[in-house]
Amino acid sequence: MTPPDASLPLIVPDTGPTAAGSPPATGAAGPSVPALRPSRRRHGPVGNPALWLTALPLTVIVAWAVAPEWFTAYSPLDGVPSENFQAPNATHLFGTDHLGRDVFSRVVFGTRQTLLTAGFAVIIGLVVGTIIGLVAATAGRAADATAMRLVDVLLAVPGFLISLVIVTAFAPGPVSLGIGVGIASIASFARVVRSEVLRVRNLDFVEASFLNGGTYRSVVVRHILPNAAGPVLALLAVDLGAAILAISGLGFLGFGAPPPTPEWGLLIAEGRQYLGSAWWLTSLPGVVIVVAVILLAALGRRLLKTFRI
Amino acid sequence: MNTAEPRVHPDASQTRTFQRPADPLLQVRGLRVEYRHHGSTTTAVDGIDLAVGRGEIVALVGESGSGKSTLAKSIIGLLPRAAERTAGSITLGDTDLTSAREKDLEGIRGRRIGLVPQDPGASLDPVRTIGSQLAEVFRLHPDGARRSRKAVRDDVLRLLELVGIDRPEERLRQYPHELSGGLKQRVLIAIAFSLQPDLLIADEPTSALDVTVQAKILEVFERLAGEFGTAVLFVTHDLAVATDHAARIVVMQRGRIVEDRPVADILAAPDDEYTARLLEEASPHRRPAEARTASTAEPVTVPAIEVRGLTKDFRGKGEHHRAVDDVSFGVAQGTTFSLVGESGSGKSTTARMILRLLDPTAGQILLHGEDVTTASRSRKRELWRSLQLVYQNPDSALDPRLAVSDIIGEPLLNYRVGTGAERSARVAELLEQVDLPVALAGKRPLELSGGQRQRVAIARALALGARTLVLDEALSALDVLTQAQVLALLADLQQDLGLTYLFISHDLHVVEQISTTVGVMRQGHLVETGPTAQIFGNPSSDYTRVLLASNPGHRLRARSGSRTAAAHAHTARPGLSALSAP
Amino acid sequence: MARYLVQRIGQALLVVWLAYTLVFLAVQLLPSDPVTIFLTVDSAVDQAAIDTMKSQYGYDQPLVVQYLHQLAGLFSGDFGYSLASGQSVRDRISGVAGSTVALAGSAFVTAVVIAVLLVAAATLTRSGVVRRVLVNLPPLFSAIPVFWLGLVLLELLSIRWGVMSLFPDGSFLSLAVPVLVLAIIVSAPLAQVLLKSVSHVYDQPFIDVLRAKGASRSWIFFRHALKNAAGPALTITGITVGTLFAGSVITETVFARSGLGSVVLQAVTTQDVPLVQGLVLLTATVFVVVNLVVDLLYPLLDPRILKSNGQGAPRALTA
Repeated sequence: MTPPDASLPLIVPDTGPTAAGSPPATGAAGPSVPALRPSRRRHGPVGNPALWLTALPLTVIVAWAVAPEWFTAYSPLDGVPSENFQAPNATHLFGTDHLGRDVFSRVVFGTRQTLLTAGFAVIIGLVVGTIIGLVAATAGRAADATAMRLVDVLLAVPGFLISLVIVTAFAPGPVSLGIGVGIASIASFARVVRSEVLRVRNLDFVEASFLNGGTYRSVVVRHILPNAAGPVLALLAVDLGAAILAISGLGFLGFGAPPPTPEWGLLIAEGRQYLGSAWWLTSLPGVVIVVAVILLAALGRRLLKTFRI
Repeated sequence: MNTAEPRVHPDASQTRTFQRPADPLLQVRGLRVEYRHHGSTTTAVDGIDLAVGRGEIVALVGESGSGKSTLAKSIIGLLPRAAERTAGSITLGDTDLTSAREKDLEGIRGRRIGLVPQDPGASLDPVRTIGSQLAEVFRLHPDGARRSRKAVRDDVLRLLELVGIDRPEERLRQYPHELSGGLKQRVLIAIAFSLQPDLLIADEPTSALDVTVQAKILEVFERLAGEFGTAVLFVTHDLAVATDHAARIVVMQRGRIVEDRPVADILAAPDDEYTARLLEEASPHRRPAEARTASTAEPVTVPAIEVRGLTKDFRGKGEHHRAVDDVSFGVAQGTTFSLVGESGSGKSTTARMILRLLDPTAGQILLHGEDVTTASRSRKRELWRSLQLVYQNPDSALDPRLAVSDIIGEPLLNYRVGTGAERSARVAELLEQVDLPVALAGKRPLELSGGQRQRVAIARALALGARTLVLDEALSALDVLTQAQVLALLADLQQDLGLTYLFISHDLHVVEQISTTVGVMRQGHLVETGPTAQIFGNPSSDYTRVLLASNPGHRLRARSGSRTAAAHAHTARPGLSALSAP
Repeated sequence: MARYLVQRIGQALLVVWLAYTLVFLAVQLLPSDPVTIFLTVDSAVDQAAIDTMKSQYGYDQPLVVQYLHQLAGLFSGDFGYSLASGQSVRDRISGVAGSTVALAGSAFVTAVVIAVLLVAAATLTRSGVVRRVLVNLPPLFSAIPVFWLGLVLLELLSIRWGVMSLFPDGSFLSLAVPVLVLAIIVSAPLAQVLLKSVSHVYDQPFIDVLRAKGASRSWIFFRHALKNAAGPALTITGITVGTLFAGSVITETVFARSGLGSVVLQAVTTQDVPLVQGLVLLTATVFVVVNLVVDLLYPLLDPRILKSNGQGAPRALTA
């Protein structure tokens, strides 16, 4: 399981050590003569086929969460006891469990629980992290130092443990889980937002906008946020994947939604008891998790390529 | 200054007969290189034939995108992954480089072909010492007997002395970031020459360096090439440098060679029309628009810009650094004042203080007689309606997400000038003023050429009717011919709108063309100011003399001097020719 | 150097202190005090029992006293007492930490080896297909839930092929498989960052100069690129502490190993606040120490870090 923190450096590997900062840029950029530059045609996000290729399967997964009954004829909760432990076949794609419930149906219905919790977590991370990052980057040195030490502390405690602390304090359940995983992802959002805003505000066109009568508000809205949004959007996708992993891990340990609610991690935990007799109970729901997380990571990379200037 | 006198290669006097060396060291035949990018291919080098004789210095000249770098990289085998040689051959002596195995090429690189790269700042491994990077060449090419550490070290020290690096023992243990740009380039030259190669590819070796450093580096470079009999293919965008140092010039345009002749021939009468234009732009000359001199402006009028005792300190970690020290000058309305100096001389800091983007430590700034030294934020905002900045790099000065019309219209929007329709009318008018087709209004900056982007930046600066423009190295990122066009545009705008320019530049050639008066800065001090003709013709300070002598293009000046001396007797600059004689 | 050292150590202490303070404040934000929470987990308990236990554990003292007392304890290595067992938190943790540290440590070393080999192979191969496959392995690794990987391997090795026992028996496989499972997960971010920084290094002109010197591809990679690229990968080592911790807990559960995992799960299920507090502080301290070591090692890799002088004229922003 990868806690959300680990996704951070994949987006901005140059943030350097927590305090010492990254190494100085090498050399002064002299008047360089650029080599032959192939015409750089920019696709908008809409006209980018590769983006669609990763986004399309993801929409299917989202649709599972929205309207699971469209995708399966079986109930996730009521099984046919006589049909238990069926290996995957044409009628039961993922086989059946000890109560004869269709595993594919449980996976499809479990999507909502997993995605809701993960989405809730990521939104906490995005909103709080963006505020902290923006304040750190724009409100002066003291605010920056305070915000970044706070982020250091958040980074210092593993996200996994933060989630556990929240679960300890309040009862186990999806809300505590979401809050816990969300708090853990604040740090990565704060760092990405801060470094992006710092990068963009040092570009000439931001200063030029002030020189042309721009106010703080107009510059932030018109230039800084749109140009800083790409990496944040990308992190959003990657972090959603990381949150799914974290939540399924905690669900596996029994801190998520109580049975019999289907949830991806819980499905695998339940299947564990029948590891010897029914491999599909653990393996196939796991494959769905892997595919979803990979697609989200790929979407993140695509978004970064499309939006980063 | 040793470089003052053009190096005349022995072969140069033989002129035309020598165009195709009988037994060339390097022979390029029908070379064609294509870049693949997302399914489409672009041809960078298209059917090139080129021969370089032993010990010959050949300059490869062209603008960006002309294919000169691609040609140079193909010879040494450093083409990027996306590039592919689709036709032609390259032979060095009797070795066919295009069919050689990678292993053999590794034996040839460094030993028979060397490279002096473009950007010394990033061309040394930042985490290895200078000594280890120099010794590496000997380790890569042991050539028989394994040599002791001591022997290698002696060789390395000898090399460092050869390229004129002081305290070589100490330098061995230093890392690249502890050396200046000039020193790094000397180290790179030492690396390139260490095994005395037959051929050296020098890819814009001095374009990232200051002009005085450039002069010294080229001198070392040329001395070593002569000493070791090394042939040099010198890639440059700067015709002035090329004419000063090469025996033969090859001009490239759009992947083809358009001219390949000895320097003397090209100087006398270029065959190709494109070469002629390049030469014209590189040669010193003053435009008719520059006839207005400081003396014609009435001295009683209030200067557009006046600074008195301007000083700026930067506080680093416990140390003060005085970037600008007691600088005073005035710029008359409707004239161009240029601040020239090398990097770190404080010229940009001065400009930023005048724009009130930086607060001065001491001194006074007056714009049209009004003291703005302590202007409030809202006062500054008013100030910028008439005082604008054009940046060096149009790539970063324009928001890549906005359309051209939005970029130019932004100041109008910010100050709520007029209605939407009036604003778009004003944008169309501005586009016309900077000679851009209205069709570009909907494009984004990345779809424009460098020159077009800089025109957009100028249009934006003029949107609110600015009277004074600060041009901070505004032409440095552009090709020579584009530079000339933008210069002409600036001159026209000045005449039509009565603009005042504060021009910041390191490029003496451009400064001479555009300025009414010139100020020379060095290490934060304003060394001297005066009318352009006086500064270039009869400078009073030693530093200005060094600067002028380092300025490449001596043969071009000699040429233009002899051609135009009669016509423009009054612009002759006896001081410079006096300097040229060592 | 001395200045850098003092600055970094000071910063590390600050983070530990801040972490402690935040955890202390978080405990105060709980709906009631730790003892009440602990005792009311399953059934109603009479108030007298709660009060007695509160005074035993010092939760009846004024907050300031509690804060300072616990802080002082922290410096002498006293993390308080577990509510569930009455054992000192330090003993509770140190009794089982050894096995977890061994698991996490060997997994980390294996992960570094996997990451470096993978990046080396991806950089040096001439085959575009091989390269594409290798480059896509780390994203795949990082998408695999560690518990699932463990279960699948158990299923295959123990049940299907019968080469490994379901429970730890000291055999090579029962030691190596958990380490490998954890290492694969941890190697993903390391390899991704290393790949990215290696490709960044290869974009720099000095690589061209090296090729022009006649250096071979492997010479350039092992003697230059790797050292240049190691810095960014090193800086995320600290972050892998969190991954290692979470991964160890789960791996131990899957493979039925003893270790910190069982302590963590027990602390959470019994809502043993002092034990959880101790675990948080412990991991925060480990993280801070690891990062401190990383930052002190960094200058050895990259000499520029100590001379971070602000180049160029600082640009003031009008806003």
